[in-house]
Formats: sequence, structure tokens, C-alpha cells
Amino acid sequence: MTWFWSNLDLLWDRTLDHLILSVPPILLSFLIAVPLGWLANRYRAGRGVILTASGLLYAIPSLPLFFVIPAIVGTSLRSPLNLVIALTIYGVALMVRVVADGLASVDKDVRQSAVAVGYSGWSIFWQVELPLAGPVLLAGLRVVAVSTVSLATVGAVIGAQSLGSLFTDGFQRGIQAEIIAGIVLTVALALLLDGALVLLGRVLLPWTRLAATDRRAVRVARIAEASA
Amino acid sequence: MIEFRSVSKQFPDGTLAVDDFSLTLPSRQTTVLVGSSGSGKTTLLRMINRMVDPSSGTIEIDGADIAQLEPVPLRRGIGYVMQDSGLLPHRTVIDNVATVPLLRGVPRKKARAEALTLLDTVGLDQTLADRYPSQLSGGQQQRVGVARGLAVNPNILLMDEPFGAVDPIVRAELQQELIRLQSELGKTVVFVTHDIEEAFLLGDQVVILRDGGRIAQVGAPAEILANPADDFVASFVGADRGKRALHLERRGDSDLLLDSEGRLAGVLVEPRQTAHSPDPQAPR
Repeated sequence: MTWFWSNLDLLWDRTLDHLILSVPPILLSFLIAVPLGWLANRYRAGRGVILTASGLLYAIPSLPLFFVIPAIVGTSLRSPLNLVIALTIYGVALMVRVVADGLASVDKDVRQSAVAVGYSGWSIFWQVELPLAGPVLLAGLRVVAVSTVSLATVGAVIGAQSLGSLFTDGFQRGIQAEIIAGIVLTVALALLLDGALVLLGRVLLPWTRLAATDRRAVRVARIAEASA
Repeated sequence: MIEFRSVSKQFPDGTLAVDDFSLTLPSRQTTVLVGSSGSGKTTLLRMINRMVDPSSGTIEIDGADIAQLEPVPLRRGIGYVMQDSGLLPHRTVIDNVATVPLLRGVPRKKARAEALTLLDTVGLDQTLADRYPSQLSGGQQQRVGVARGLAVNPNILLMDEPFGAVDPIVRAELQQELIRLQSELGKTVVFVTHDIEEAFLLGDQVVILRDGGRIAQVGAPAEILANPADDFVASFVGADRGKRALHLERRGDSDLLLDSEGRLAGVLVEPRQTAHSPDPQAPR
């Protein structure tokens, strides 16, 4: 514990580093997965190819990826950008299927009725399909967020400063407290981001919170209607 | 006025849903398309707002061929009410009603104010405005659906089995409500149902359909009931049986009306002036 208290600055810095490495891949993988998932859902022929190809991305081992990315993108071998790109690839791998499934989960009758009252093609996507897929997208994004925070620790191996640096440093110097602090803070950060997404969901998807109170509300409404 | 001219619809899988259908739907009246499933009634309805395009033939609204009109603006000018209300589950009641005006670019404040008035029109309490559809009963949802259909003040209102999914008591209530609304608003209503009672109750013109959208008979309810065109119509409307086939029997001083099973249906009385009783056959 003494190590912990005397190194608060280090821990805070590594946590911030970790956050800065994790958030862009989470956002990027969402932004990239939405059009891909849309394509997979829209065109039946492309569905298998897109879903399989994006799913296979997750099978790429991370260490070779760190050497391949600089060769393709032209970044330096020790650039943190390599890690951001790698984490984005893994996020996309998880998220594309989620987007495709989320869009497919939108009630066909609701979609039909949106067409019938005069929504045009794009306004159906933005104003009807995407928000209604929201709960599924949120669930997927929570998995991506937690997995990205956990995977980002690997960055320490290629020199990207993160909470993972606490493991490598702790191992090398035999400081057990540092290793434990790294693990605890990684889990805490993952929980924090997860909680932030849940809050965001409450703000952006207010109708989903009704599920629990629905039955009671409908019963009250029925009674009110019957007595009217 | 809506005019179907030799309209046919063959779906890609080969099903001939509608075969050479011609009909004039008069303005400001309710036309009910009634038939069992497979009669093409919903396909016919959806052709009017170009949800379905005919394979051949033309449809005209007030003399304009709708094939020449852009589908999206056309739909925004026609009210549409469907079974299970078709409301957007992620929008509040008020936003659902204001949907189409907002799509047409009406300012938000104005659209919401008008939507609140429409809740009154369809008999909904304004306190429900901020609820989500899942918080309403089936009957309330249908009323919201009707309010949404009326929101752009359309000349034409398409109703696809709108009361099919609610229980009989609420259905009867909604039917009376529609009759009241129609007497106030005078829309050109096209109503699809498989329920002949509902068709006779609501329709100025009732169209009885066989398979493939072939017309078995068109007419006012009284005409169809009095002179069914053939056995199919007679059996469909039940003119030959039950409470539709009444006969007179003299018992003592009074004339009794009995149905085909011999059950008492009523007594024959002298017609008298009834100023306020609703008459389902009165012109609306």
C-alpha cells in the first residue's frame, strides 16, 4: 500500500494515457461498423461476406498486427497510433455483427408504417431504424468498450504508455503492488466507461427504461379507459 | 375522388393479388373494402399511397395519375392508419402525432400545438401527450394512430384494419368515434376490414371482394343486403341466415320478428320520428 500512495502521480498519468488510448478506438469502431453493418443488413448477398470477414479480424493475433500496421500505414514502430488502429480493428470485428443484428431487430411493421406516412429512405435510417436499434447497439458498444480497455494493456509491449506499463514495469522490477494496481485500475476504468455508456443510453434512449413499468402503466391506462 | 382503372398486381413470386380491378371511390365518403385474407384488399389500399405499385392499370386521385407523382410527398399528403397503430415506439404520443407535419417542415412548436388539439379531436386526454406508445392501452394507441393520420389534414384517409387488434368493446367505441369524426370532417375514407358487420356499419359504399381482388358486389349496405348479387355475397353477408334473415310472425296483437333459428329479434312497430337516435344508414 505504501507503494501505491507514493506513486499516485504515476498511476493517475497511466490511467489518463490508458483512457486516451481506449476512447478513440471505441468511437472509431462504432463509426466504421455502422455503415458496414447497414450494408450487411441491407444487401442479403453481401451479408455473409461482410460478417465473416469482419469477424475474422478478431482472429488476427495482436503482436504481429503491431508490426504489420506500421508497414501498411507508415507509422513508426513505436507510435501509439498503431495501438489505436489495432484496437479499432478488434472493435469493428465485434461491432459489425451487432449493428447488422440491431438493424434487423427493428420491427418490420414499424418500418412499414414509417414508409406509409412518408419517411424517405435516409430519414427512415436516421430517425427510425438507428434509434430503434439503439438498445442492441448499446449492448454491443459496452462489450467493445470493456474489451478495448482490457486489450489496450498490450500496448505496453510496443512501448505505448498505458496501465499495461504497470504490469511490465512491475514484472521487471519485482514490484507486486504495481502489478496489482495495474489490474485494479484497468478493471475500474472498464467499469467507468461501461457506466458512462449506460448513462448515455438512459439519456439517448429514454423509452427503453419504460419496459419495467410498462405493464403497470398499461393496466392503469386500461382502468382509466374502462371508467371513461 | 379515387379511381382504379383495370388495375392488376402480380407479385414477384407469381401471386396474382389483384386482377383487373376497376372502381370509383367517391369523395368525402367512406368506402369499405371487405374480404377474407387473400382477397387483395390490403394490396389495393397500399396502391393508393404507392406502397405498392400496380403491374398494370392506372390509379387517379382527382384526375391525376399517381404513377406520375413522387411517392414520398404523395404519402405525406394521405393519412394512414394501420392495425397495431404502427406508432414509433421511441417517440412520445405528441411527437408521433406531429410526425408528418415535422417531415413536411412545419416548425416544431406549431406542429406540437396542432397535435395537442388533435388529441382532443380523437377523444384522448392531453395528459397522455408525453407518454410513450407502450404506456398506452391498445385502444388509446389506435386513437393516437387516427390522430397521426389526420395530422396533415389530408383529404384521403387510408385505414388498414385499424380496429382489428382491440377487444370488441373498445372496437365498438372506436367505430362510433370514427362515425362521429367522419360526420365532422368529411374525409374520403378507404377502410379495409374482414368484418362484414364493421363494413356495413362504417361504409357508405361497401365493396365485397373475392380472391384476387375480383369484385363480388359494390353498393350501399342496404342494397347489398336486400339484393345480394350471388350466393357468394349472400353467404358472406349472412343474408340467408341468422339475425340477418328475419321473418314476421303474428302473435296475438303484435308482429314479432324472428331470425332463421326462430329466436326473437324484435317487434314490428310503427315508424316514429326519432330526432336524436343515431341511424347507421343516414347519409354522412
